[in-house]
Parts: sequence; structure tokens; C-alpha cells
Amino acid sequence: MTSATVTAGAARTARRALRLPRVGLHAFLVATAIVWLAPVAWAVFTSFRPYADTAKYGYVSVPHTLSLVNYRNAWTQGEIPKHFLNSMIITLPAIALILLFAASVAFVVARFSFWFNVPLLIFFMAANLLPQQVIITPLYEMYLRIPLPNWLSDTGLAYDSFIGLIAINVAFQTGFCTFVLSNYMKTIPSSLGEAARVDGASVFRQFWGIILPLCRPALAALATLEFTWIYNDFLWAVVLMSSGDKRPITSSLTNLQGVFFTDNNLIAAASVLVALPTLIVFAALQRQFISGLTLGAQKG
Amino acid sequence: MAIDIATRVGTGGARRGKRAVRLSGRDRVTIGVMAGVPLLVVGGLIWFPTIASVVLSFTNWDGIGGVTTAHWVGTENYRQIATIYPPFWPAVKHNLIWLGFLAFVATPFGLLLAYQLDKRIRGSRVYQSIFFMPVVLSFAIIGFIWQLIYSPTQGLINNLFSDPSHGPVTDWLGNPKLNLWAVLVAVCWRHAGYIMILYLAGLKALDPSLREAAAIDGAGEWHAFRTVVFPALRPINIVIIVVTVIEALRAFDIVYIINRGRNGLELLSVLVTNNIIGEASRIGYGSAIAVILIVISIIPIVVFVWSNFSEKQA
Repeated sequence: MTSATVTAGAARTARRALRLPRVGLHAFLVATAIVWLAPVAWAVFTSFRPYADTAKYGYVSVPHTLSLVNYRNAWTQGEIPKHFLNSMIITLPAIALILLFAASVAFVVARFSFWFNVPLLIFFMAANLLPQQVIITPLYEMYLRIPLPNWLSDTGLAYDSFIGLIAINVAFQTGFCTFVLSNYMKTIPSSLGEAARVDGASVFRQFWGIILPLCRPALAALATLEFTWIYNDFLWAVVLMSSGDKRPITSSLTNLQGVFFTDNNLIAAASVLVALPTLIVFAALQRQFISGLTLGAQKG
Repeated sequence: MAIDIATRVGTGGARRGKRAVRLSGRDRVTIGVMAGVPLLVVGGLIWFPTIASVVLSFTNWDGIGGVTTAHWVGTENYRQIATIYPPFWPAVKHNLIWLGFLAFVATPFGLLLAYQLDKRIRGSRVYQSIFFMPVVLSFAIIGFIWQLIYSPTQGLINNLFSDPSHGPVTDWLGNPKLNLWAVLVAVCWRHAGYIMILYLAGLKALDPSLREAAAIDGAGEWHAFRTVVFPALRPINIVIIVVTVIEALRAFDIVYIINRGRNGLELLSVLVTNNIIGEASRIGYGSAIAVILIVISIIPIVVFVWSNFSEKQA
């Protein structure tokens, strides 16, 4: 803590004085960690127990049988593979477009000094801060009236189409990424762009060939974050999609409730399955995830 | 065209701004497309509907047929939701409780976790991962997972602390006096981790000499935190306030998953949604509530934008 910089003697007394509070601190943290892990641990535990086992011995009991039967049922009855696929059809193109749009705007704002830079940035940032319900009513009516060719949407409308969901996710999330990327690009020395300009590189070459590759860490962090956010989206799909079988996995949970009714063991297995992709992404890319969030909270 | 701009910029020499930018016509088109396409997408899908919400809130449009069938009704929708729309005031109350709970329980708890983990303690990274884990889960899944805890006969709490097969059980999510608080505990589980990560970044960015100075002064830990550390976190505090208010206004998924936002779990966001896809669809009501959300959310948005850009100039 502070002991590193004060004198050695003072440090020793400080450390001795610290020892007791440290025990209390660890006790507090361990207790909190147990409370924090309990809901997920409970879901995992319940998911491995067949319904008969919990019915016979109670939910809080030593299990007599463990099996994957709940997972098998959730997987097939809940049609989870189909909804997983729907989620990917929406999430992956949306991430690519968000990063492309955000990087483009950020490049214009961060690397040139136009009079409209600040208003433009506010235009994008503020769009991401609005509560979604502010726009959902007119958006729903718009989607019912925007015609799309049949190869883009089998309903012929933006409503109830993958492209419609991709579009709203892109529009809503671009602001956050623009903000983060513009701050990031401002830290790249302007001499880099100037050298290229002297060599006669076009604006597009400067963007695509020089600035964008340097933004790779920020882009990775944002991609991780956006994957989680779009995968976790619930409202857009619930309102803008009517067909249950086209819904991405998170919003299909409303269907699962009807299918599984009150079988908590099945609900537990479905919860674990749906949560798994984001938990895996978090476990594998925790650093990117957190740096994306904290980049967004810092000032440029 | 290209030559024209090039010569004008060229003869202008070093213009105002960071550096003299010589943009050819093609470069201007590139910049126009790079900023213009996202501008159209965000303008058309976010700002246009925002304005449409405001306009529609003053009409009696029923959503059937063209918008031309709508008539101006002035503030009639607002008068009606305030007087003859039963779920409105409970929703306002619940949103305020939600905000209060986030602001005075969940956020301070997140700050407490961040402050403790910022001390160089063993296993800090492990604790951080555990406390942050709920943040990657959607509120819909959190609703699912906590139903397993709160369920009256099959839930963890009632089975742990009582015997649900005998006697009355507490229906945590069904009792309208309890369910909002039960949900808020689950919301806190996620919110605290989010706040913790933001504050940890803020604390790491602090000048360590600040706290040392306070410690040498002989200030107690709480005193040093209150007078030195917390005020120094001002920039991050603004972000936290904005995040907290916006999260409280956006709250929707978890109550919708639990009971479609009824019976003690009404929220403004739910009322908007019910007026689109619910049983009673009144475009005017939904839009009027949306406008109320806009008016409230404008405050944190302006605070955030203003603090971000004013401090950048300084």
C-alpha cells in the first residue's frame, strides 16, 4: 500500500498494524466472493441433477444421480442450436459494421480539424446513451413500413428480419465505439499521417493502411465487448421480431419459459448453455473486455 | 472541382487548425462517405425515431394506417397517463426506487470492492474476475438464474432456510411487496461488479503520492478516502453517475423475463413496450412515456458530454 515509500522502520510498524485488518479484509472478500459465485454455482449444480433426483431428495441435498439429461432436453426442446445460429447471424456482421463505421468517424474526428468535429462526436455519443425505449415505438412502426427485397428479408419488411436487427444494433452501438476509437486515435502521433501524406497517400490509404492497423488493440477490446452486448440483447429482438424461431438466443428465453414451464432443472441447464458463450469469451479475453470498458470511461 | 479545391487550399497556405490539410477532391469524397454513411444510419435509426416519439406523443395516432390519419391532441396523452392510466405512478415509483437502490447501495458497494482490491492484496485478480463475472451475463439470463434462487418451492433460499413442503412459503418474486427488492438484489449482483471495474481504473490512474500524503498526515483511512481519494476521482465519478442513471432508466429485461413487468414490477420501460407489443397498444401513451424518459435522460447525457468536452479544452 503506502509502505513502499515511507522509511523502512515505519514500514515495519505499518505492516504489523496492517496484519489484523488484512485478515478481516480477506474474510470480507472471501465471503463476498462466495455470495457472488453462489447463483451461478447453484444453476450449474441444479442443471446436472435429473428432475426425479431433486423431487425425491429435495433441491438442497446430496445428489444421488448426476446426468446430462437436462442439457439434452434443453438443447432439443428449446431448439438451442437454431437460436445460437440466429445470434451469430446477427452478432458477427453487426460487430464488423460497428467497428468499420466507428473507426471511419473516429478517423475523421481525430485526424482532421474540421469545425464539425465536436458536434459530430456528440451526435454519435449521445445516441448511445439514450434509453432504448425512447425510440422503440416509432422504430417499430418504421420497421413495419420499410420494404426490403425478399433476398434480404423473407417477410419483405425490416420488421421480423435479421437485417433489421443488425441495423438497429449497429446504429445503437456505433456511438460508444466511435467515442473510444477517437480517443485512441488521438494518441497516435500526427507525424505518422503526415509522412504518408507527403508521400502522396490518399486519405483512404492513411486510414486503412496506417491508422487502422495501429488501432488493433482497441478494436480487439471493442469487438469483445460488442460481442457480449449484442449477444445479450433482449429488447430489440423481443419488439422487432415476431417469429419465435428467428429470434436470437437471449430473446428466445421468453419462448423457453413456456416450453419448460416450471421444471427448474431444465431452466438451469438452459441458463448455463445460454450463458456459456459470454462466460467463455470473458474467461479467454478478460483483459480486452475490461480495457474496452475502461477506455470508454476515460477522457480523451 | 478537384483542382479548384486544391488551389484554394493551396493558396490558403497554413490554414487555421492543427496543420495545413491539403485535401484533393477524391479525399473530400472519402471523408464525406466515412462520416456520412454512419451519420445517416445513426440519424435515421436513432435520432429520427427520437424526434418522432416527441411528435407522436402529442397525437392520437393508433398505428393503423398512415401517419396522416393522426390528429393533434395537445397534452391529452400526458394528462391521461397521469390520471387514468393505473400502472403509470407505480412505474415511476419503481424506477425511482431502482435508481435509489443503484445509487445508494449497488454503486457504493462497487466502490468499496474497488477500493479494497486496489490495495495490493494477494489474489486481487481472482477476486476481480469473480466480482466482474455477472457483468458479462445478460439481464435476461440473470432473471433466469435468480428464479432458481427465489422459486417458492424449488428455490435455494426457501429450501435452505425452511422446509417448503410444510407450511407457507415466501414467494419472493410473486409477492408485490417483496419482488422489487428481490429483483434489485439480483441487479446489484451485476451492477456492483461493473462499477468496481470502472473505479479500479480510476484508482489506478490516481497519483499514489496523494494517498501517501494523506497517510503521513496521520489521517485515518476513512478520512483520507473521504477528503483526498474520493474528490480526486471526480472525472470517474461523473461517468459512474451517468452509468447509474442510464442503467436505472433502461431497466427492462429482468422484470420482463420474470413476470412481464406486472404485479409490483411495473417500470416505465415496460409500459412503453406494452403499448407496442402488449395487449393494449396506444402509440400516444407509449410515446408520451418515452418523452418522459428523454427528459430525464437528457440530464446525465448533457452532464457527460459537457464534462468530457469542457475538460478536454482545459
